[in-house]
Amino acid sequence: MAVVFQKTKGLTDTPFHYCPGCTHGIVHRLVAEVMEELGVLDKAIGVAPVGCAVFAYEYFNCDMQEAAHGRAPAVATGIKRVHPDKIVFTYQGDGDLAAIGTAETVHAAARGENITVIFINNAIYGMTGGQMAPTSLIGQETLTTPYGRKPENNGYPIKMCEMLSTLEGASYIERVSVYDVKHVLNAKKAIKNAFTAQINKKGFSMIEVLSSCPTNWGMSPNEALKWIKDKMEPYYPLGVYKNTLEEVKQNG
Amino acid sequence: MDEKIIFAGFGGQGIMSMGLIMSYAGMMDGKNVSWLPSYGPEMRGGTANCHVTISDEPVGSPIINEATVVVAMNRPSLEKYEKYIVPGGKLFINTSLIEKKAERKDIEIYEIAANDIANELGNLKIANMVILGALVRATNITKFESVLKALVEVLGPSKEHLVSINEKALKKGSELIENLNDKQKSHLE
Amino acid sequence: MAKVLMKGNEALAEAAIQAGCRHYFGYPITPQNEVTAYMAKRMPEVGGVFLQAESEVSAINMVYGAGGAGARVLITSSSPGISLMQEGISYIAGAEVPCVIANIMRGGPGLGGIQPSQSDYFQATKGGGHGDYKLIVLAPSTIQEMAELVQQAFHIADKYRNPVMILGDGMLGQMMEPVDFDILKKEENKIEEKPWATTGMGTRSKRNIINSLELDPQVLEKHNIEIFKKYQKAAKEEVRYEMTDCEEAEIILVAYGTIARVAKNAIELAKRENIKVGLIRPISLWPFPEEPFKKTRDHVKAYLTIEMSMGQMVEDVKLAVNGQKEVHFYGRVGGMVPEPMAILEEIKKIRGKK
Repeated sequence: MAVVFQKTKGLTDTPFHYCPGCTHGIVHRLVAEVMEELGVLDKAIGVAPVGCAVFAYEYFNCDMQEAAHGRAPAVATGIKRVHPDKIVFTYQGDGDLAAIGTAETVHAAARGENITVIFINNAIYGMTGGQMAPTSLIGQETLTTPYGRKPENNGYPIKMCEMLSTLEGASYIERVSVYDVKHVLNAKKAIKNAFTAQINKKGFSMIEVLSSCPTNWGMSPNEALKWIKDKMEPYYPLGVYKNTLEEVKQNG
Repeated sequence: MDEKIIFAGFGGQGIMSMGLIMSYAGMMDGKNVSWLPSYGPEMRGGTANCHVTISDEPVGSPIINEATVVVAMNRPSLEKYEKYIVPGGKLFINTSLIEKKAERKDIEIYEIAANDIANELGNLKIANMVILGALVRATNITKFESVLKALVEVLGPSKEHLVSINEKALKKGSELIENLNDKQKSHLE
Repeated sequence: MAKVLMKGNEALAEAAIQAGCRHYFGYPITPQNEVTAYMAKRMPEVGGVFLQAESEVSAINMVYGAGGAGARVLITSSSPGISLMQEGISYIAGAEVPCVIANIMRGGPGLGGIQPSQSDYFQATKGGGHGDYKLIVLAPSTIQEMAELVQQAFHIADKYRNPVMILGDGMLGQMMEPVDFDILKKEENKIEEKPWATTGMGTRSKRNIINSLELDPQVLEKHNIEIFKKYQKAAKEEVRYEMTDCEEAEIILVAYGTIARVAKNAIELAKRENIKVGLIRPISLWPFPEEPFKKTRDHVKAYLTIEMSMGQMVEDVKLAVNGQKEVHFYGRVGGMVPEPMAILEEIKKIRGKK
């Protein structure tokens, strides 16, 4: 019997703890597949965040460090400066990367720190039960914006790709989504480009993945995927925001 | 030996360097030494001081509450530190900048117009070395040769070209004391 | 290398380099700025990494990353910066990552001042961050000892996989004294294998994970107990102190760091008046040395603790004396330094009491 599908070596056998319909699982698999395909699993060191992906160190089949909330890019910096030839990545949510850890994110990018950041933007705090995220949309109802996010009180959602792409140190910045197969395949390509940028020592790379949180959005998985497409994508346009890699441009 | 020297003046008068050179010289003589600077905003234009201890014994507190020698490069320094000097101690006053007379009668006072002498030598910045040369000759805390060696150490390779002018100032200060010893010994007693 | 005249901050930095530290992460703050400047210049000469972080918060997390990745790492700051690092220090202790942290203390609370202080004793020895953990805390009193303790700190940090703190004050950081690096024990510079470090798996079959998270209370309790076994070992093996003139002393001064030097001057003043005064100088602040108090509390009249704080170490002195003799306190704060004469006055006051 021919093998038609095999689990990537980039993931351990530990079952994911994520809610049904959550897209974290998809992105984990994409990152793991990319590392396997690029042949870097044996020299990869990942940094897990605080947030829903806090147990990422249980899933990625490589050396891992668990960071404090928001500090993953600083931890990754420390690791990378000790092992400049290893592949160092962080996996962070929107609260971790764009609220409490904004300074660490921006300065890792500004330094051109040669690491790869996987940024899960699902417009909400998942682990703590559905509070407003820095990326929650205007009007979005959350536990802490029960009447909808209002600019006069909560300001505006942060567009990290746009912001970071202005920095010289950033080498590859792309926003993708995973709401259908086509976009999942494209997301994988983007993640591969980001890791390739790191392998080629080009500097900071980040892939923002528009993701779903059916549980805290109060939707079915399918409704949630549609919400990414209909509500999130117009505010967070997909695409490559920075690409300093000629070779990547050609491949992509 | 247990000499406790306070150098004080404006930031920019080379106060720290005077202390450093003395400390190096003391170390080269095989003594125990410590150098404690005032630090912070006052280092830029305000009052600056450093405490230097040169001793046969291990140095206890690096802070000097009772000084055997005080160098006052400006008036606030004289006003502040004259009272720190132990009876029989020595006070060096830069009379180019200080018109006020010292009040103590139980100490040896050396009045040196350091800025004027430095100007005559062609560089105002070496006023500190004029006083330091006088101090070394008057106190014999360290050998003059040690101070010359320490000077090279403190200036370092980047300021090597300044060694000779500083040496000149040190020697000038030393000569002042030699002459003073001949002519004006009584003035000091 | 013969004796060189160095600032405490510079000796700290050079000793770290000689101990095999090749990674330094920091953020400028007075009065420890000489460390960052020295490292910025020196690290490239030895093929090491100096990185000025965007904040102390970030810097301590870089230390966590680098220490977890197997490097000997140093971070230095002064009081307000150390407060910012407490979260990271708790994670580092929880994840059992070795590193050396130096706090060159200044007056507080809040922004406080920039002059010397010892008011972070509680923060250093009693935890500082959240959770049950301890730092091994060493307090040098001379520049030579600064160099020696920094070198030992790296060795101890690796031995226990725990952060070690060097606790000095602004005076010690800023002052210069001769220091001889040749007398440092070279064997402590040898860095042992760290099979637990995140180096990339390579041919290793097991993944290495640096982590302080454990949601199962039974497992987390066990983790805490295991960590405390290390502390019990450290409490036996890492106690360091100095005793001066204690045998026949009527009153014993207790002071650490630069204040122990001031205390020695006070002892000299007391001698002139035929008052017998001794000194206990804790060098390890945690583990706090109890032995010298056991040795002296039978014959001494009283202890006098002197600090640049409102009274912090004095609590540990009281625990060590265990109510058997009076324990007095004299402190100056805000950057003020106790003077030998004032200490002598305190000694006389205690003698005057029945």
